[in-house]
Amino acid sequence: MRKKSLLERIRLLGRSAIDIVGVLGRSGMFLMHALVGRRGIGGGFQLLVKQLYSVGVMSLLIVVVSGMFIGMVLALQGFSILAKYGSEQATGQMVALTLLRELGPVVTALLFAGRAGSALTAEIGNMKATEQLSSLEMIGVDPLKYIAAPRLWAGFISLPVLAIIFSVVGIWGGSWVAIDWLGVYDGSFWANMQNSVNFNEDVINGVIKSIVFAFVVTWIAVFQGYDCEATSEGISRATTKTVVYSSLAILGLDFILTALMFGDF
Amino acid sequence: MQNRTLEIGVGMFLLAGILALVLLALRVSGLSTSSTTDTYKLYAYFDNIAGLTVRAKVSMAGVTIGKVTAIDLDHDHFTGRVTMQIDKRVNNLTTDSTASILTAGLLGEKYVGLSVGGEDTVLKDGGTIHDTQSSLVLEDLIGKFLMNSVNNKDAK
Repeated sequence: MRKKSLLERIRLLGRSAIDIVGVLGRSGMFLMHALVGRRGIGGGFQLLVKQLYSVGVMSLLIVVVSGMFIGMVLALQGFSILAKYGSEQATGQMVALTLLRELGPVVTALLFAGRAGSALTAEIGNMKATEQLSSLEMIGVDPLKYIAAPRLWAGFISLPVLAIIFSVVGIWGGSWVAIDWLGVYDGSFWANMQNSVNFNEDVINGVIKSIVFAFVVTWIAVFQGYDCEATSEGISRATTKTVVYSSLAILGLDFILTALMFGDF
Repeated sequence: MQNRTLEIGVGMFLLAGILALVLLALRVSGLSTSSTTDTYKLYAYFDNIAGLTVRAKVSMAGVTIGKVTAIDLDHDHFTGRVTMQIDKRVNNLTTDSTASILTAGLLGEKYVGLSVGGEDTVLKDGGTIHDTQSSLVLEDLIGKFLMNSVNNKDAK
């Protein structure tokens, strides 16, 4: 490998910075064009329903199953530690708060990025590779409005719904393990939970978190598909990028949001 | 026909989401439909409220009849002022009622326990409970116990 001169290194640094700014600018423009402004042709609602089905309803199974198992594991682990201090009736409180504040929004968003986000990227990337997007433009249909917008909206709507379902199923799974299996008295299980969970503070903040994640994940997924190189390699790279970037964004944003919502300062 | 099943699926998905939110509200966070308008306010001054938190329950004979809504320091007397919201249906608390800070279990959370006296007049909205018993601070108790044992040794 040829040794690079100092000037060459500086040039590469500059180019990567310009690339990053370029991607950010393009993705912002992309989002604006897709969501704001007049829709070209009719049938927008039909398109949205179709996407809601493939993005939301089809992710339901994985979300429900993993939610139940996570709730059950939380109850099992929480119980074994809390029982040492003789306060096993606080299991309900622990399971509910953990799920509502953290695991519900975060795990659902991670699953969503893997299940629906990658599919969105691959689908749109393939449309680009087979020049379907250019064909749409040729016949005078804006692909941003026709392809991107319904997918974005579907993601924004379905992830919060999935996160709420995840929490409920998780709490149900946790209560099943704690009450029916480990023998926690069900009255104090639910009473402890109801005493400690505040609807505005915990439930609504969790929903706000998942709305933010929905926005970020769907944006990354659809944009990566739309912006990918029109080759099979490009599609595979874009799909990987979607999962990696959205997972990192979810975890990083989660810390910031938690600090803003629950931090005492 | 294909469209129809699709729409039904999406409709059921959204319905499940709304149902889950309602479940979270009612079953998990115990959000009751009764608003704050059917409660009234009472104050109580304690020498030491250590461990009592906002939203702690106020109970009488073991039945929850309200909650603590605010805790602040009385500026002039250096006592802790506890503001409580009591259910309107419990409107016969006498003016000589006593309030004490109790603990649920050995290490459980603190709550306010009320018990009635024998006066004829009842507490109104914004009334104050004067007869109070502070929270039990474990460190003080241990301190007293140690002092006692030292004194006993000296007496011998």
